[in-house]
Amino acid sequence: MDPIINLILFSCLAVVMVLLSLLAITTKSLLRSATYLLLVLVCTAGLYLFLNYHFLAAVQISVYAGGVLILFIFAIFLTSQKGEILQKHEMKKYLYGALVFVAGIAVTAFAFIKHGFLYSPDNTTMLGDQEINMKVIGQALMGTEKYQYLLPFEVLSVLLLACIIGGILIARKR
Amino acid sequence: MFFIGIFGFIVRKNMIAILISLELILNAVEINFAVFNRYLYPEHMDGMFFTLFGIAITAAETAVALAIIINAYRSIGNIDVNNMNKMKL
Repeated sequence: MDPIINLILFSCLAVVMVLLSLLAITTKSLLRSATYLLLVLVCTAGLYLFLNYHFLAAVQISVYAGGVLILFIFAIFLTSQKGEILQKHEMKKYLYGALVFVAGIAVTAFAFIKHGFLYSPDNTTMLGDQEINMKVIGQALMGTEKYQYLLPFEVLSVLLLACIIGGILIARKR
Repeated sequence: MFFIGIFGFIVRKNMIAILISLELILNAVEINFAVFNRYLYPEHMDGMFFTLFGIAITAAETAVALAIIINAYRSIGNIDVNNMNKMKL
């Protein structure tokens, strides 16, 4: 793809993502916040597609947008009272948050400028070259050699089992 | 301005919908894994698998956190963080 089009696409995605995430934390209604979160996650999947991680984009949409968001919406419906809106921030807390925000932005910007990660044309030409195919992913996920990931995979499955049991145990009726 | 916009939303965490912001933060971290993997080492897949496992762990964590929240709502009646010290009783 043309680097200019690439850049424009990426900028659109990034700007939309930042705006939506800002909206997601500033909006008053919790359900609206969850909707903005959904849009942010879909934009993230678009970003993965943009980086040619097609598998990652599919996982992102199905797990996040499909699973996590449904959980969120269920929880919001189960816990919200009628006509409830979020309370306003206290001014002091708001100030601390803004301070942390500005400091973090400054640190990351400093790191970026110092290491010269900012946009350069030869960096984008690497993009859009190869797509990792499913066979490679599957073999890497199931292998036991170096750079292969069977052990984390199994640990993750045990973690998910523990989460299922823990969730049932916590949320069951007494 | 490469992906400073992505870094931008890691750092803000001053909000009431704490879990939603947690999702945003984890999402940003995962984007960073994937993007750095693609730009610095396009021939490896380590960052991609980190992202994959990160997504799964996030899903698990969200499920447990929401179970706790629903349980707390059932016993207290609202889900404000300031009231959570009633759980000690």
